[in-house]
Amino acid sequence: MGDRLLFVQGNEACVEAALYAGLDFFAGYPITPSTEIAELLSMRLPQKGGKFIQMEDEIASMCAIIGASLTGLKSMTATSGPGFSLKQEAIGYAIMAEVPCVVVNVMRGGPSTGLPTKVSQGDVMQARWGTHGDHSIITLTASNLQDLFAITVEAFNLSETYRTPVILLLDEVVGHMREKLILPEPGEIPLVQRLRTSVKEGTDYHPYLPREDGRLPMSDFGGVHRYNVTGLMHDMWGFPTDNPAVAYGLIRHLVDKIEGHVQEVTRIKEYFLDDAETVLVSYGSSARSALHVVENRRARGERMGLLELQTLWPFPADTVRERCTQAKSVVVVEMNMGQILQEVRKALDDPEKVFLANRIDGTFISPTDIRNILRVIQGKGV
Amino acid sequence: MSAKEYLRERFMPHIWCPGCGHGIIMNNLVRAIDSQGLKKSDIVMVTGIGCSSRISGYLDFHTLHTLHGRALAFATGVKLSRPDLTLIVPMGDGDALAIGGNHFIHAARRNIDITAIIMNNNIYGMTGGQFSPLSGYGKMATTAPYGNIYEAFDIVELAKGAGASFVARATAYHVTSMKEILEKAIRHKGFSVVEILSQCPTYYGRKNKVGDAVDMLNYYKDQTVPIGSEKKKENPALIERGIFVEEERAEYCSEYKKIVERAKRGQSI
Repeated sequence: MGDRLLFVQGNEACVEAALYAGLDFFAGYPITPSTEIAELLSMRLPQKGGKFIQMEDEIASMCAIIGASLTGLKSMTATSGPGFSLKQEAIGYAIMAEVPCVVVNVMRGGPSTGLPTKVSQGDVMQARWGTHGDHSIITLTASNLQDLFAITVEAFNLSETYRTPVILLLDEVVGHMREKLILPEPGEIPLVQRLRTSVKEGTDYHPYLPREDGRLPMSDFGGVHRYNVTGLMHDMWGFPTDNPAVAYGLIRHLVDKIEGHVQEVTRIKEYFLDDAETVLVSYGSSARSALHVVENRRARGERMGLLELQTLWPFPADTVRERCTQAKSVVVVEMNMGQILQEVRKALDDPEKVFLANRIDGTFISPTDIRNILRVIQGKGV
Repeated sequence: MSAKEYLRERFMPHIWCPGCGHGIIMNNLVRAIDSQGLKKSDIVMVTGIGCSSRISGYLDFHTLHTLHGRALAFATGVKLSRPDLTLIVPMGDGDALAIGGNHFIHAARRNIDITAIIMNNNIYGMTGGQFSPLSGYGKMATTAPYGNIYEAFDIVELAKGAGASFVARATAYHVTSMKEILEKAIRHKGFSVVEILSQCPTYYGRKNKVGDAVDMLNYYKDQTVPIGSEKKKENPALIERGIFVEEERAEYCSEYKKIVERAKRGQSI
């Protein structure tokens, strides 16, 4: 146990988990508050024969991990706010070309350069819609380091399962917070390895022809199958086309392969929801303060519960509706102007009972902040 | 093998205009690859966006048609992952040196073993004839209706300055030397830059009233000279072609291998 018990920050936990998941290739560019991930991997990856490269910019880092992934390596990049904006075009490429990879965004205050060293959860919608065009995306988050470890491994697993980039949306508090982490034993968390084609050399391999279950077995660059990969609309060979039927089929496939598996992708944590009259919905570091409030109120007999979301996209609307139906009020706790609030309102039949408890000034939302807002919502005044 | 065996005929006809120089480059590139005895499965061709970038679709290698300007960044990821593979990155002049300029200079500085081919037609062809970083002062383009007021890059000087260990210039007219240069560039261990002057009669030619494809090829014939030619001394406006730099220098993937060895031994340097 001794050497598996660590006291580290969230960015370090993310690194440990990525290595546990089989990370082979990391490309990055320095940016606060995610830089520790690159620093640590520059030391750790070469030790296992993996590849670390600091690229000339954020865009290049995203492009490099896509290239690496196509050779069969598990690949990741990490960034924050402005860097996440710069990566969006290439994230769209990975979506279109269906290249598995993990993109960590340790959120800081924005827009623009914003508050580089301060916390925010302002990139939730950017994770969903940051790149242009119709698409779907998987975005995960966590509120403590043990969960962060598991969810990082999950990010790799889901990226391989659905052949898609997965956004790991951390925030500055989770990234820099130090707490206990127990490293799981090898094999304790199952790992999803890449699904590779069984088509033999000399037989026509269709890289973009989904199987009946929607999955597309891959073939590594450098292997026996030579095929084309493009960000253009493409046919089953990966060759560009503007045929409307092919374009329709591809867009439907890219959206349905994720939106058709919301239940499988949904990760939530529930606290005292069974009889809760007030349900707090939160995620990331905000969920820690929310949980603190819930536990205190429960001790005083108040029927309050917490629904912590670890999957933000695809938004688990059915799960949220089901857990919030009985509640008299639902309070979304987040550090932005209500990005998940809008999704919760859309999910519920009675959106007027959904309120926002937020902070947008770069200061971590505390239990006191939430309590003060709850008093107003409950008609008790400030 | 015959050149035909490198083509994906399923994806023909190609999109290039009649008279375009890009097909001449594709032909000689394939012949240069063939003469090396490389297996098709050992070659990864990465391209960006533009007329030039479509070359990857037509050739039977592992082909990665990427984003505008980003081909070298994608190629770097592939090469570092699989240093045993041969990376060839054909780009357009706008692709490589405007939107992709940063990646270009850093790939050169890194001296990563990639062959960068700049199919320089002095214009943005695919979008219909806007001026590029290689159009040059006084040239006409759809976004320079009163004449272009930018000077052009000198690709050779830029590549030299950025640290490329192999730098050459060829033209679509001089096909024999183009093939020889491409062979050497592919063989060279390090970052190789080959600029190939390639005529665009449809946009550059028409906008600048320099005639048809044959006239433009004749221009390359008359206005370029081998490096060190006496003619250049008499007429400094002539463009030199040939190999400007061919040096052995520490290559990125080989250096990275040393990092792995050091890391495994627990040493710093």
